[in-house]
Amino acid sequence: MQPLISTKMSRIKNLFKKLKNERKKAFIPYIVAGDGGLDFSLTVMTELVQNGADIIELGVPFSDPMADGSIISYAHKRALSNNTKLINVLNLIKKFRTINQHTPIILMGYLNPLESMGYQKFANLSGDAGVDGVLMVDMPPEESSQLQKYLQEKQIDIIFLITLTSTKKRIQKICNKASGFIYFVSIKGITGEKISDEIAIEEKIKQIKKTTALPIAIGFGIKNANDAKNMAQYADAVVVGSSLVKFFDTTDQQKILQQIRKLSMQIREAT
Amino acid sequence: MDYKNIIDTTGHFGNFGGSFVAETLTQPLDELKNAYQKYKNDKSFIKEFKNELKHYVGRPSPLYYAKNLTKKIGGAKIYLKREDLNHTGAHKINNTIGQILLAKKMGKTRIIAETGAGQHGVATATVASRANLECVVYMGEEDIKRQAVNVYRMKLLGAKVVPVKSGSKTLKDALNEAMKDWVSNIDNTFYIIGTVAGPHPYPQMVRDFQKIIGEEAKEQIMEQEKILPYAIIACVGGGSNAMGLFYEFLNDKETKIIGVEAGGRGLETGQHAAPICAGKIGVLHGNRTYLMSDENGQIIETHSISAGLDYPGVGPELSCLAHLKRVKFTSINDDEAVRAFFDLTKYEGIIPALESSHAIAYAMQYAKKLDKDKIIIVNLSGRGDKDIHTIAELKGIKI
Repeated sequence: MQPLISTKMSRIKNLFKKLKNERKKAFIPYIVAGDGGLDFSLTVMTELVQNGADIIELGVPFSDPMADGSIISYAHKRALSNNTKLINVLNLIKKFRTINQHTPIILMGYLNPLESMGYQKFANLSGDAGVDGVLMVDMPPEESSQLQKYLQEKQIDIIFLITLTSTKKRIQKICNKASGFIYFVSIKGITGEKISDEIAIEEKIKQIKKTTALPIAIGFGIKNANDAKNMAQYADAVVVGSSLVKFFDTTDQQKILQQIRKLSMQIREAT
Repeated sequence: MDYKNIIDTTGHFGNFGGSFVAETLTQPLDELKNAYQKYKNDKSFIKEFKNELKHYVGRPSPLYYAKNLTKKIGGAKIYLKREDLNHTGAHKINNTIGQILLAKKMGKTRIIAETGAGQHGVATATVASRANLECVVYMGEEDIKRQAVNVYRMKLLGAKVVPVKSGSKTLKDALNEAMKDWVSNIDNTFYIIGTVAGPHPYPQMVRDFQKIIGEEAKEQIMEQEKILPYAIIACVGGGSNAMGLFYEFLNDKETKIIGVEAGGRGLETGQHAAPICAGKIGVLHGNRTYLMSDENGQIIETHSISAGLDYPGVGPELSCLAHLKRVKFTSINDDEAVRAFFDLTKYEGIIPALESSHAIAYAMQYAKKLDKDKIIIVNLSGRGDKDIHTIAELKGIKI
């Protein structure tokens, strides 16, 4: 089934509008697709939504996840050992869309699987599957024009990172190209490290807000409800990755679901 | 066409190269780019660099006519560019000398590097020790095993060698970990990449620090033979020794240029490290280039007997030169390289690195087909001391 373009176009926008009215912040959990198998991913996605997830960020497995710490790197490895291909991830989203039409899905990953599939085919299949946004870690705005063109044709947002090291000029450049929301990286480092410089974060986000009206999500260092609550005061959304992905390091799927439910609810309440 | 100036202002060589990195690295890469732009034409920087190469590295390295080998083969005259005679035993030191000068100018206090065969690690540890800077070298666990001597050399030089246990536990994974380290320590850390790959400006910068090889070779062959070579040959892993030799000859139409990739157990087995000969275009480690990747875009594990060639990518400028057909690429299998290792040792009393043995092996096959008045230059990029354990093991000898 192909979702109507009009509903899809507004999924991310509508969500942030709605949350703003409710004076709430978005909770964005991250999992790697195929970690524990694709069927399990579907179960996890459903559970996440039931326990307060507003947007789901789905990692596309890659052999060399260069911006990820060991927890998420292992998840990529597990997903690949389950033979999870990009096409399978897109089919997973298609399946999810048959039961959920309102939760935005963001694909996060590295460029080479897209290069291999071809940008146009990727954009078309993503559009058909019901993908709302694409964030490629190793694709800065300078290298994004081709992919962006195809994604725009399918009304898929292209999401860029802004970091503590991004200069004012660069923030301007990124905001000019970005759509959906801005993903702000709260640490100078890889996923799973600790937030250390809150003052710098606050400063940088102020700068971003001056430049764009797009919502801002913070991620890379948020481990628990406390961090989430703390970071939510600066932004419109918090992304939690490593702390959730770490639960997947077992074959006991009931236990994984239990832990995910618990942490999700805690974060939901805190934001 | 001017093959020496393919690069555009943002680091693309045609469709290849570029800067495919996470946002955190954009700022330090800009900082590096600006520093490099500033110093690459700075007279005192160039003077210092050249001075170091002369008095510390021992340049110029000789261009040696391999008379016995030539006679044995009975074809074209084979000349060897003796990068094996450089301090630390390979061409790698040319680049680390350049980058450490830059690091000091930029006020960085910590040096990191990745290494495969250990030659770049040793060359980095060497310059860092002299500059009195902290040095951390990432090295795959598999490579640590096969290059134990170099690991100990790095330690002697005061570097910390971090074993990398992810993926194939070789050069590719060492690069991943070094990148992660850099992202986490950008304020004080300078990342000395050892090859002509990575995000802009590394491919250009490393080439510029290595191009002295070809500049010298050209001068030397003109002096000795009064004619440009018919062909020049180098092994290609990431491609720094190759770009180093090739660059100066790129616009000399009469000279054929040949890159030799690692054929491993044979291209048909899939167990090799020959992305240009048998790979496809993709994005890895900050640049678009030929890669060893499967149909789903996952990087596949490579194999080569030589740790320095055991890498799934190749410098983007070489990919572009292959695409433009200016450089021809071929491959040499493990066993052919080993045979060349023994031949050069026997006929010339030179023990070559297993990496360089690939270039020697192809040069021997190629020279045989050519007339005796033709000249070929082979880059003998490194010496083989580090490989004697691998060779001894092949022969069932324990040393």
